[in-house]
Amino acid sequence: MSERRKPEPVQVVKQRRDAALRSLVDGVPYIQFLGIHFDRRGDELTAVLPFDEKLIGNPMLPAIHGGATAAFLEVAAIIELSWSLLWEEMEQGRLDATSPEALRAFRLPKTIDFTVDYLRSGLPRDAYARARINRSGRRYASVHVEAWQDNRSRLFAQATGHFLMPSRDDNGGQNGDGGQNGLLAP
Amino acid sequence: MTHNKKLVQQFITALPHATALGMELELLEDGLAVVAMPYDPRFVGDPATGVIHGGAVSALMDTASGAAVMCHASQPAATATIDLRIDYMRPATPGQRLTARAECYHVTRSVAFVRVTTTDEDSSRPVAAATGAFTLERTKGSRG
Repeated sequence: MSERRKPEPVQVVKQRRDAALRSLVDGVPYIQFLGIHFDRRGDELTAVLPFDEKLIGNPMLPAIHGGATAAFLEVAAIIELSWSLLWEEMEQGRLDATSPEALRAFRLPKTIDFTVDYLRSGLPRDAYARARINRSGRRYASVHVEAWQDNRSRLFAQATGHFLMPSRDDNGGQNGDGGQNGLLAP
Repeated sequence: MTHNKKLVQQFITALPHATALGMELELLEDGLAVVAMPYDPRFVGDPATGVIHGGAVSALMDTASGAAVMCHASQPAATATIDLRIDYMRPATPGQRLTARAECYHVTRSVAFVRVTTTDEDSSRPVAAATGAFTLERTKGSRG
């Protein structure tokens, strides 16, 4: 940070950030299964769940399954949290976002608990969600997420979750046991 | 009761999202439902470990809970989730079938309360547990 570098061309920065986000999202099979994708404006993410028949819970109404809504909110929360960690690593130059290997070594936070508040039934339309990190500590994080369909101010569901952060290793952050078992470790 | 159980069975197995996740109804009794979900690589949440995504586990528990409400002795006409609070105790072992056992332990005139536990093939150590509140729409003429 001591030397002032020439600013990078905007396209290079965009490509790097988009590639990093893509690797984070495309690597998770369940996100692909549900068909969720993310819109990015700077570091702000919006999760998009395009409507699909297989998301229906009650075919009589029809309404989106409560489980699909819960999964969508949890995906939005985990990706927001992972993205904020990745963004920091990337922007401070600790992680080379152009290296697929470095991105693969990046570990995801684990859900400790997740509480979903169903406000109205999910209609057979696209759904959107945005998450807000209320606290992000070294070991734990608390994230709130809101989901809506046609009107941003008429939420159909919201949730709060607590997450166990991936263990940060100074030599690359690869030291994850990959489970919530880490909670019990001293 | 038997009549309602059959209806509930048909209802649960007809849910498109439950079908998409390969869910199988294993047991249905008064206020009790057991629903299983075989392991599927498409439901993986952490590619590094092959562990199923929490969201798929939530969907399984929400389905089992709804089924438990629907087959409660009060014979509800319909139900919807009001709130579901999920605790993830440990990662599900990759490759193993998950089983959610839900119990509707109390109902009021318009609300049903449910607890649900999910295990993999090691049933002694739960993978996840949840408690939920569900709406209870009563059939016309029934009493709370």
